[in-house]
Amino acid sequence: MTDPGDRLLLDVRGLTVRFPTSDGVVQAVSDVSFSLSRGETLGVVGESGSGKSVSNLAIMGLLNRQRTAIAGEVLFRGRDLLTLPPDQLRHIRGKEIAMVFQDPFACLHPMYRVGAQIAEAVRAHDDVGKDRAWARAVELLDHVGIPNAKSRARDYPHQFSGGMRQRAMIAMALVHNPSILICDEPTTALDVTVQAQILELIEDVKREFDIGVILVTHDLGVVAETASSVMVMYAGRVMEYGPAREIFAQPQHPYTWGLLDSMPSVERRLAALVPIDGSPPSLLAPPAGCPFHPRCRYRFEPCPTERPDLVAPVPEAHPDACHLPWDDKLREGAKRSVDRVGEAA
Amino acid sequence: MNANGNLVELDHLTKRFQVKQGVFARGKAEVHAVEDVSLTVRRGETLGIVGESGCGKSTTARLMLRLLDATAGKVRFDGRDITTLSQRQLRPLRREMQMIFQDPYSSLNPRKTVGQIVGAPFVIHGQKKGKVRVQELLETVGLSPEHYNRYPHEFSGGQRQRIGVARALALNPKLIVCDEPVSALDVSIQAQILNLLRTLQKDFDLTYVFISHDLSVIRQIADRIAVMYLGRVVELGDSESIYEHPKHPYTAALLSAVPRASTGGRERIVLSGDVPSPVAPPPACVFHPRCPRFHKGHCDVEAPELRELAPRQAAACHYPLERWPMTDEEIRQAEGAERADRPHLEGTVHEA
Repeated sequence: MTDPGDRLLLDVRGLTVRFPTSDGVVQAVSDVSFSLSRGETLGVVGESGSGKSVSNLAIMGLLNRQRTAIAGEVLFRGRDLLTLPPDQLRHIRGKEIAMVFQDPFACLHPMYRVGAQIAEAVRAHDDVGKDRAWARAVELLDHVGIPNAKSRARDYPHQFSGGMRQRAMIAMALVHNPSILICDEPTTALDVTVQAQILELIEDVKREFDIGVILVTHDLGVVAETASSVMVMYAGRVMEYGPAREIFAQPQHPYTWGLLDSMPSVERRLAALVPIDGSPPSLLAPPAGCPFHPRCRYRFEPCPTERPDLVAPVPEAHPDACHLPWDDKLREGAKRSVDRVGEAA
Repeated sequence: MNANGNLVELDHLTKRFQVKQGVFARGKAEVHAVEDVSLTVRRGETLGIVGESGCGKSTTARLMLRLLDATAGKVRFDGRDITTLSQRQLRPLRREMQMIFQDPYSSLNPRKTVGQIVGAPFVIHGQKKGKVRVQELLETVGLSPEHYNRYPHEFSGGQRQRIGVARALALNPKLIVCDEPVSALDVSIQAQILNLLRTLQKDFDLTYVFISHDLSVIRQIADRIAVMYLGRVVELGDSESIYEHPKHPYTAALLSAVPRASTGGRERIVLSGDVPSPVAPPPACVFHPRCPRFHKGHCDVEAPELRELAPRQAAACHYPLERWPMTDEEIRQAEGAERADRPHLEGTVHEA
């Protein structure tokens, strides 16, 4: 996670996004900091409205700068993307940082051949002829596992299945050998057997091209299987951030506990699901103090007023934003798995 | 009331939809949505129907409730054949079978108040039940009686799904078909609704048919499950037996494809390719083009029948899995068999 030198690709510091609306200011993302290195898959987890997608749109420069207030720094190899003029940003976006979205049907133009759309992406940044661009498109489609790529490149998107469309989107993202691939819920619209194929493809691509991947998802299972580090978001803030192994073996934040405990398991029938009471707050007026305190069963005196910083509670732990003392965390953390699994185990 | 313990019996149920194909839609084709499905739902149990999109799980549920008419086969509800009943004859039965839908946004009329939505079943069935009864229902599902005069847009997704549950409960049904009731909800809210459904089942002696593509959700809620693929039931039986020892290679592949939040490596069968079109399903065993245990000359010639392979567990497969997880030896064999038969495919079975 703290890979020094030129392995470091992205360093986000204090990213804050505000949307002024007629109802008030939506505090979509508040003070988010993280980094990404080559070979790393960062899983960004959170429920709807937690700010996980908006942070990535901000990194990609895809938010309208006139209508959005963005603060903080997004350093891509030392250059701040947030202050870069649009014409320079264009050389990075789509070339150095590429993105794969949730719904592959909405992202492909229905009236153009799949190959032509990928060839267009080739020509957007490279000054090559149409034939060369088409050849590159076919090569990439073949690379992401489309059978008979040469003839399938001439198909229209509706002739592709959901999984193949997502493969085509990944091919398009890989056109310029990007160093960062941002995948926003890449498998949410897909069936579970196809999801397994796509996750495997993303992993292969990461290894082969030695790139960094940001994987945004609501599915903790997907994160557990693919990510090397994990950032848990709630109400626009980072609740917990650390190596994936630690987050799943010893989660530290009560919100992460809540997420894990409310998840049914395919491995066993649980004695009980332990839901998080209530529902996520409105980002027009997020709660003071810790944003999770109204739903947190461990809240105590400082929680409603003081906002906890994202710091490691003890040197050997990873950072979390929670007031709960470390000893209490260890005790409660050990207790919770017993409650959940119970006699069914 | 019939003597046996089955509330619903489906007998060789088939549904085909006519579709137009080709230039100017002159060609005709049939979508084989549900093919020869026989299963029973016992009183008081939860039958989970699981499968990928297009496998026919929702169509099966709609046939069960006579929201669709079957092409062939029979539906018996509470001992009575309802396959050919007229809409008028069906009406009293409708009280006993209700449905909860996936999308809590589009399944509630935005112009009606919660009181009108939950009270609608009383109006439709000519029952004079007042505001008090509706408010009782709201409390049963964890909403507040003060919500009576509010509109759906004032509620979150989870609360809306509770409104849908209250509406389904209104007429004291025997059977509730839940069609992906938690798929649109965040995981913390999903657990609230699953727990609510479980409590209600105990309190009101409900029988559930629970449809989901999410195998973890099904494991948590179902007593028995039916695994569907391309309109057919490929495995049927006690939930725990199937999850612990799947017999059909498709069930095994489906289970192994689910990402898990627990740590540690595991065996994974990655299926190649996509689900074939239900307009032209493969001959014989519909799973054979993707199956790691495919045997040429058998699986693509003769369709396997659903047969009992373990106590209370049946699968439709000529070469069911002997044990799960498979041993390394068996995986190598499956890989070898597959390469010999279909050299054009990439490896489908490997250790993850």
